[in-house]
Amino acid sequence: MSWLMHLILILIATAVVPWMFRFAGQKFTGNKPFFRDMPFAVAFGYVAGLLVLIAAVSYYFRPLEVNGVPSAGVIFFRWAVQGFIGFAIVAYLFRLFGRAVGTAGTRKLFRAMPLTAAFGVLVILLYAIVSIFAGSIAPYGQEEIFANANIVPGGNPMMGGDPNFPLGTDQIGRDIYSRLIYGAQNTVGIAFATTCLAFFVGGSLGFLAAIVGGWLDQILSRTVDVLMAIPALIFALLLMTIASVWSNQLGVDRTIFMVLIIAMIDSTRVYRLSRAVGQNIVVMDYIEAAKLRGEGMGYLIFKEILPNAMAPLLAEFGLRFCFVFLTIASLSFLGVGIQPPLADWGTMVKDLSQFINFAAFAPNVATAPLLAAGAIALLTVAVNFVVDWMLHKSSGLKD
Amino acid sequence: MGSIFQIILQRLALGILTLLIVSIVIFVAVNALPGDFAQAILGQGATDEAVAQIRADLGLDQNYFMRYFSWLGNVLTGDLGISFAQMNFASNMGGDQLVGVVEQIAPRFKATMFLAGVTAMFAVPISITLGVLAALYRNSIFDRAVNITTLSSISSPEFFLAYILILVLAVLNPIFPSLSNVYEGMALGEKLNRTMLPALTLTLVVTAHMMRMTRAAIINLLASPYIEMARLKGISPMRVIVRHALPNALAPIINVIALNLAYLITGVVVVEVVFVYPGIGQLFVDSVKIRDIPVVQACCLIFAAAYILLNLMADILSILSNPRLRHPK
Repeated sequence: MSWLMHLILILIATAVVPWMFRFAGQKFTGNKPFFRDMPFAVAFGYVAGLLVLIAAVSYYFRPLEVNGVPSAGVIFFRWAVQGFIGFAIVAYLFRLFGRAVGTAGTRKLFRAMPLTAAFGVLVILLYAIVSIFAGSIAPYGQEEIFANANIVPGGNPMMGGDPNFPLGTDQIGRDIYSRLIYGAQNTVGIAFATTCLAFFVGGSLGFLAAIVGGWLDQILSRTVDVLMAIPALIFALLLMTIASVWSNQLGVDRTIFMVLIIAMIDSTRVYRLSRAVGQNIVVMDYIEAAKLRGEGMGYLIFKEILPNAMAPLLAEFGLRFCFVFLTIASLSFLGVGIQPPLADWGTMVKDLSQFINFAAFAPNVATAPLLAAGAIALLTVAVNFVVDWMLHKSSGLKD
Repeated sequence: MGSIFQIILQRLALGILTLLIVSIVIFVAVNALPGDFAQAILGQGATDEAVAQIRADLGLDQNYFMRYFSWLGNVLTGDLGISFAQMNFASNMGGDQLVGVVEQIAPRFKATMFLAGVTAMFAVPISITLGVLAALYRNSIFDRAVNITTLSSISSPEFFLAYILILVLAVLNPIFPSLSNVYEGMALGEKLNRTMLPALTLTLVVTAHMMRMTRAAIINLLASPYIEMARLKGISPMRVIVRHALPNALAPIINVIALNLAYLITGVVVVEVVFVYPGIGQLFVDSVKIRDIPVVQACCLIFAAAYILLNLMADILSILSNPRLRHPK
């Protein structure tokens, strides 16, 4: 019956503690409206949040080792908290920097920027720099194989590490740190190229359908409807099966097929949006005027419609990039995406995933697969934060 | 009420038509393969007689048109063919106990449905509660924290969330097993215990979507005049949302749930591979790797059918719950 007693005690505490919290607040602040009008649920929320915070802080300061055995949970928790606070501080400094330096336009932009968006912009910039200069940043080549395989991350020789390989080497002896950096070039670069291709195809066809209308619009739209009826990842996997046979026969790299397939699948989504946006623009008077001037189709699409459809398309570009990036990472993770020896984060997660099982005894061993997966997550989260802010800004939502 | 049935029948017919066209797309895609299945089944060292035998068995000597209709007829009568792996085994080792694709898929389909069901049981109540709370206390610390968390979990790849959950709940604190070895005839409690980690991963992904859409739907409604009226009457904010906003937001929320269950179908593939869950997604990926065309074709068709069906259901439910949609202008 003791658990029943505990349950009753906990229930009583949940009822009483928030009420006491509110009552104390009312007494000490002289019945300020903030406490006076506080609903019970809000008081409960504050108390619960406070308890979680206290628990987190006490867990953070637990000893890192108990009788010589590392307590892995505390170590991972400290890393997570330090990473979170570190990123927040860096994003804050970056926003301060952006407010002080640059043209009047960028400074104004940074002034109204929430911290999450500043974080997003910073991460995107970092990824861009790393992926462009991967060749000169990485200490070793992505295909370079060393004699010692499975060196433990951390660089401590006592623990099976090696200072020359700060993040260790993988199962056939390639430097993980270099491969992570090259992964930025390959994964992000291929995803970016795919998104651009999808936008070029989907965007121009969508605008074309909006301008021409009639049977062309009907054919394109119905085709897109059918292609969108198959879930994207499933369709990509089906087509990759076929592409893998073709690539063996033709001797063309499978990665090129993957770019084409994903660009095709995602261009249907871009087509939908650009057609809808284009249809709203096509009925404007200035399009009529341009048509009467006798301008050609290319001029209409790129000089008249595109500049006016820029804002929604830009937000869509960010989201589409995330989808493409995640699809490529998932395909690589499933073993049919970017092919070795190219370094790629999805494949790295797959190859290194079994090291997670050692996390309880040697936390640093488990970091390699989590770093690769985290690198994917960090970029998509950053892009989403920026897109969220852009959408919020352009929609003018205040409530 | 006749018009409602008419509309539903119309949608149903449209869904079946879409499925039919999707089957053509799948058939065309598969037949774009270079060379010939017989060669693919038997590999490089096949004798000419064996290849001819398989070609005749599969009906590859007929033209594309006939082959499509005979395939479609077989699918409709519940015959999805025999996997290449099985045929290869039979032709090399002898023996005629071939297991059809249907028998291969059926238990795995059940397992996937079980996983999706457990996920929905967690995800739906949690996301609606969180969505209502976030709409109620919008722009507060709580709203922002929930927003950032859900945005992060939407944008992370499924396998990242899966490995984080494995790290926290299987390796550091051994609560659930990290490999979901589920088989038929297992006790329900044990089955639930082993399904918990994949279900939690999917819950994280789906809850984020549903919660954000619920929040948006309710906030959208809060601008309506009757909400203003209710507020001016002096009703508490909680009551305004639960009694006045939520019933009217039900249509978009049901829609969101159906769409997210459709989204689950694609998410299931990666999660099943991470946890080695014996579902249909895992079978699909394995078959893709060894180019086992009949299984790939069948899985693809099942995924597409489920996807179309759920979208159709969302469509019909939103028509049923919103009388204005019954009379299109």
